Amino acid sequence: MELLGKTNIDFIGKRNISFVISSIIAILGIVGIIQIARGAANMGIDFSGGTSMQLKFAKPMAMSDARTALHKHGIARVDLQEIKEGNKLLIKIDKNAGAAVGKSADAVKASFTSEFADNPFVVESTTEIGPSIGDKLRKDTLVAVTISLLGIILYIAWRFDFKFGIGATVATIHDCLAMFAVFYLFNKEINLLFITAVLTIAGYSLTDTVVVFDRIRENLHKNLKGAMQTIFNNSINEVLSRTIVTSLTVFLAAASLFLFGGEVIHDFSLALLVGVLVGTYSSVFVASPIVVLLENRALAKQGDKA
Amino acid sequence: MPKGIGWRIGLIGIFILLSFLYLTPTLVSKLPSWWSGLLPKDKIHLGLDLQGGTHLVLEVDTQKAVEGTLDIVATDLEDTLTSKSLHFKRISRTGSDKVTVVLYEKGTADAVQKILKEKYPGYEQSPLHDEGGFVAVDLRVNEKDAQDRKDKAVQQALETIRNRIDQFGVSEPIIQREGVDHIVVQLPGIKDPQRAIELIGRTARLEFKMVREDIQPSAASIPDDAEILKEKSVDPTTGAVSETPFVLQKKSLITGDLLTDAQVRIDSQFNQPYVAIEFNSLGAKLFDQVTAANVGKRFAIVLDNNVYSAPVIRERISGGSAQISGSFTEKTASDLAIVLRAGALPAPVKIIQNVTVGPSLGQDSINKGLMAGLIGVVLVVVFMAIYYKLSGMVANMGMVLNVVYLMGALAAMGATLTLPGIAAIVLLIGMSVDSNVLIFERIREELKLGKSPKAALDAGYDKAFLTIMDSHITTLITAAVLFQFGTGPVKGFAVSLSLGVIINLFTSLIGTKVTFDLFLHKGTAKKMSI
Repeated sequence: MELLGKTNIDFIGKRNISFVISSIIAILGIVGIIQIARGAANMGIDFSGGTSMQLKFAKPMAMSDARTALHKHGIARVDLQEIKEGNKLLIKIDKNAGAAVGKSADAVKASFTSEFADNPFVVESTTEIGPSIGDKLRKDTLVAVTISLLGIILYIAWRFDFKFGIGATVATIHDCLAMFAVFYLFNKEINLLFITAVLTIAGYSLTDTVVVFDRIRENLHKNLKGAMQTIFNNSINEVLSRTIVTSLTVFLAAASLFLFGGEVIHDFSLALLVGVLVGTYSSVFVASPIVVLLENRALAKQGDKA
Repeated sequence: MPKGIGWRIGLIGIFILLSFLYLTPTLVSKLPSWWSGLLPKDKIHLGLDLQGGTHLVLEVDTQKAVEGTLDIVATDLEDTLTSKSLHFKRISRTGSDKVTVVLYEKGTADAVQKILKEKYPGYEQSPLHDEGGFVAVDLRVNEKDAQDRKDKAVQQALETIRNRIDQFGVSEPIIQREGVDHIVVQLPGIKDPQRAIELIGRTARLEFKMVREDIQPSAASIPDDAEILKEKSVDPTTGAVSETPFVLQKKSLITGDLLTDAQVRIDSQFNQPYVAIEFNSLGAKLFDQVTAANVGKRFAIVLDNNVYSAPVIRERISGGSAQISGSFTEKTASDLAIVLRAGALPAPVKIIQNVTVGPSLGQDSINKGLMAGLIGVVLVVVFMAIYYKLSGMVANMGMVLNVVYLMGALAAMGATLTLPGIAAIVLLIGMSVDSNVLIFERIREELKLGKSPKAALDAGYDKAFLTIMDSHITTLITAAVLFQFGTGPVKGFAVSLSLGVIINLFTSLIGTKVTFDLFLHKGTAKKMSI
């Protein structure tokens, strides 16, 4: 069976459209990162410090009631989120809410016990992070992201020549930015698991780019005279189905995590799904057109000299 | 049979055997008795996020340990100078690194300086200086000794906490030092985390102090050598907490490090639990002296600056045993006995991270993770079988091999499986067929060019090889970085991912290839199901 027969799509010709789309994605991603740096984003408590709890109630609990109850007991800066399945409530308390580590969770328990005596609950999980840990983690993460991006760039630089290296690097960064963009737009929590997903995709999304680039190089060697754009387009069309199929298999796995993996890794799998999709898009619409641009510019320079 | 097939199949078989061998301790709940000695016993541990439990990071306030040592030096000096009838105005710790001795007159200074030099050769002595019209000399702890003291304090705290947890009874706890002054404590499967946290975090400094009945707690000012501490009592019926203040002599007469044992007993008269303590010989002697000298007076039993009880000494107590009563429940009494037996922490600890996952959420995560994995496998298997027919089934076989090997490797390493670790395995299910997809697409191309199945197969594997290497190496780079920097769940993800990627190279390049070779080795096959 074949998903796509022989295709003949002018991918490179559509670069103006794709560059606009990608620029918007990238800008959104950068805005998201700036918001994170400013501390204005929805940060997980592993980075920001604070307390988060997951409670499971016996009966449905309206978020507004829960909020009122907490306010009444002096817990003001609180972020509530409902998990539809099984009357669960996620509570996130800012580190500046006043209570020391170990106290916020008790305060929450006490206020719910006294306010909703007829609706007993169990604490499914509690996470309390002191501010010093958050600071250390932020620094460690920054180092981790920098090192892995550097590692990938160095590897590409060694494997491909300069122009391909730039194309692949830009595409990789584009994929990471896209994940930040989506999480920023949907106000999803930026936590350690999200960063893990970003780094995983940074490594994985290169697969598609490498597949396309390998074919382009092969065809460039075979066909020295043809127009750059034609060779690139033909190469992409030739490997299009495998690019899609490889992504599809990972997409299927990530989708089953997203749909059936439970709330703990729900956002993590969402990040992976976005990453896989964008990674496929970028290898065709970002990485390759950039190389064409660079190659054409180099050719034009040579032409000027001659 | 062509050469090379034999050893490859052999290798695959050996790895399968090894995987199951290593997986046996994980899969079988009770190993037969002959399964010992050479056979592996390590198993895949479940992370705290899967089995439930508590992960704590404690910060030891090491500065307090240094201050504590200086306080002891100050008390010691008081005794020494008093016994030599050298008069002094005040001896106390000032700031965080020195003890200041204030004398009435220059005449005694020489003798004091000599004593200081003899008794504390490791300390730096300041020249005499004037302090409010009196003569003062500072005894400063040097930087290296302070550092040693801090280091030892963390080590002692770790031992004490280990002792407490052992006595509390938690299976397979992990207690280790992290960095300079952090201690990581992992308590898997713990039922009552709050109680455990209180037990661990308590300093448990036990002191016996005399009550200054000559001063009212409400007095406007109290002398330098006295302090006000409170007794908290909880009304058993209403639950209301009331506080009674006491004026106590600052200096403690006996401390908790002189205890040899502490046990919970039940008062037969009131059916109320109390903690019976036993002193060592020095403690017993001191206790004997103190009680003999103070019959009719009150003394207070103080734990971490809370008064537990303040009984009147009715008679001299010389047996070396005493009891601490207060408003205990059986649980709080038994926890108190544990911390007293295990000893006090050399410095207070602060909990800076606490991640607690209840057992129900953990089980829920396992179930959902397995469900997601199973559905992922089915989706991928069905897709590959439809898209690549028989060849797709070969790729599926490679994927199953991949998962078996990965689980075996995790078991062999005694690795910890976390929820993100399960996610990594599910993700690998998708990734592991990718290599084969690249190879198959190549083979299809070669077949279209009119090559024989055998030639197309070899060309497919050859030409796809570099691409496969590239994609694996870039994933490995990030996995390695995640492993280096990640903690807990993320580390679990990195371990599964990097192992999986390495194993995948083997299964996709050797595992599936040998299967094809087996069927196509004669080179006469006309068609290939791909």
